[in-house]
Amino acid sequence: MSDAMLEIRNLHVRVEDKPILRGVDLVIRAGEVHAVMGPNGSGKSTLANVLAGREGYEVTQGSVLFRGKDLLSLAPEARARAGVFLAFQYPVEIPGVGNSYFMKAALNTVREARGLPTLDAIDFLKLVKQKAKELEMDETFLSRSVNEGFSGGEKKRNEILQMSLLEPALAVLDETDSGLDIDALRIVADGVNRLRSPERAVLAITHYQRLLDYLVPDRTHVLIGGRIAKSGDRGLAIELEKRGYAWIEAEAP
Amino acid sequence: MRGVAAELAFERSYEAARRGRSERAPVWLERVREEAWQAFAERGLPTRRDEDWRFTSLAPLEGLDFAAPQPGEVPAEQLAAARERVGSALLLVISNGQFRREQSQIGGLSVESLDGAMSTGRLGLGSVLDPKRSPLSALNTALQSGGVFLEIAATQVESAAIHVLHWLDGGAPQAVNPRVHVVVRAGASATLVEHFVGASGSRGFSNSGTELVVERDAHLRYVQVQEFPESAFHVSSLATHQATGSRVELASIALGGRLARVEIRSTLSGERAELEVNGLYLGRGVQHQDHHTTIDHAAPRTTSRELFKGMLDGRAHGVFHGRVHVRPDAQKIDAAQTNRTLLLSDGAVLDSKPQLEIFADDVKCSHGASIGQLDPDQIFYLRARGLDLERARALLSFAFASELLAKLPLETLRESLERTLLAWLPLGAAS
Repeated sequence: MSDAMLEIRNLHVRVEDKPILRGVDLVIRAGEVHAVMGPNGSGKSTLANVLAGREGYEVTQGSVLFRGKDLLSLAPEARARAGVFLAFQYPVEIPGVGNSYFMKAALNTVREARGLPTLDAIDFLKLVKQKAKELEMDETFLSRSVNEGFSGGEKKRNEILQMSLLEPALAVLDETDSGLDIDALRIVADGVNRLRSPERAVLAITHYQRLLDYLVPDRTHVLIGGRIAKSGDRGLAIELEKRGYAWIEAEAP
Repeated sequence: MRGVAAELAFERSYEAARRGRSERAPVWLERVREEAWQAFAERGLPTRRDEDWRFTSLAPLEGLDFAAPQPGEVPAEQLAAARERVGSALLLVISNGQFRREQSQIGGLSVESLDGAMSTGRLGLGSVLDPKRSPLSALNTALQSGGVFLEIAATQVESAAIHVLHWLDGGAPQAVNPRVHVVVRAGASATLVEHFVGASGSRGFSNSGTELVVERDAHLRYVQVQEFPESAFHVSSLATHQATGSRVELASIALGGRLARVEIRSTLSGERAELEVNGLYLGRGVQHQDHHTTIDHAAPRTTSRELFKGMLDGRAHGVFHGRVHVRPDAQKIDAAQTNRTLLLSDGAVLDSKPQLEIFADDVKCSHGASIGQLDPDQIFYLRARGLDLERARALLSFAFASELLAKLPLETLRESLERTLLAWLPLGAAS
């Protein structure tokens, strides 16, 4: 399957000796948007973190291929450079590191890895200001420390700002919609939609289907007990909103 | 004294100096010197059995048979480098403990030899920096000569920073006892940088004494930058006296030295006096960086803010001992103390000891201390954006330490210290 952007096969993951993912299979092709929904504790965030390479997640079985290559053997920075982006559920505050400085360093590192020329301070500033404007972010965010003192919604927008700068091939959104009011949700979803292209893919992890009103997915999956219990089209998300997860748990083998 | 080589060397120096000056010196001055020497000789160099020296051992210097201070100029190249670092037009050079007027640039400053000011009775000895408080300040009081007295008149130009450069030679290890006495007159404002540098590989011992008297409504910014080679020994005894309505901002940037200790004793003796004490200590290899501070709230409505941060790598040892003393009649005190240290390696050690002694009841006093490693969540966040582990560690370490540099008053100094900090960071050490 040469056109697969992400190919997860029988993925088992433990966290502190507790099995969380118990055989996840998921294939995302270039150009597609997939949604993963599921109740609390079903393993949604574990899936996001293991794709980004966070420590403390032990893969005991299975494989993950990104553009046909083994993703799990790469360091987190190598994954980022290869084009995987995680929008964090809880972006960390980093006092003393300027947001603009950080984003320029990240962008130039990623551009270098992709064989593109690095941007100087002036070109970077022009680019980041334009992106910030698209996300209706005040320019003062750029001169503050990374996420320091940002509200929940501001942190999420800052994640999407970084995503739109880094232009990843695969964007993994870990509950990016949580804590956003309806206006912010639309702005963030527009930001993701601008990134959509036949060469890119999105994996959106969410609790609520309201994000999916804006970010219409090609496929929706339900993660329960560490496995994909059901997959369907956009209609599945709407059904989940109405009926909850219990009926799927009852159906599951 | 226990009779270790260093103590015997100090005794020889003291005897020689006493013989050399006995005819001319005023009687009171001789008496203060003699008492200071006795105070030192009674106990000798402190050991770890002494409560104030529990975490700092002077053993590495005890065995050195120090030579008496030799006259010497600061080499031109080092002088130029030091001046470039601080970027200040006014310069006082103190080489091996001796004020060198011909190498200084004193402009319109009122600068006098300390010996002269004392022998004419214009200035006392030991009234600000009390020789009884610490054996090393007693040693300095007994042995100091060739120091400098600086007076900042109310008409002093605000923007002119004064660079006091201390130089320590290499070769046979010398013990030097520089002394600087500064008075900031009522309503005046001054910026002073006391800067310690030495010849590469120097195993000398600089035991300096600094007295800062800040009169009514005066304002002093003081920065000590200690960048001796990592083979030298440094003890700095610093005392401040503040009158009503005065403001003092002290900063200690401790980068160098094999073993370094800065003792700060600040007395807020006038109402509404304000004090800020900041410190940054960096240690690597087997460096020992000790800060021992005492803030004495002797008058009502005085405030103090203290922030010390350190980064320790290799097998370095850091010490922070912060005493805050509030006297019984000193009400409405506001004091806060914070000490944060990053340990960059498994072999690095920090001893942190806050000590609050509060004898008044209407007082706001807080302290906090933390010792730790870099935050793994912050490291992961940076790596998830493409920065490698070394870069992430360096960036976070820099952010941690640069908070203190950002508080420094002189832009040139601030920027050059930021470059030093960047160069210091263990970029390759991905442990």
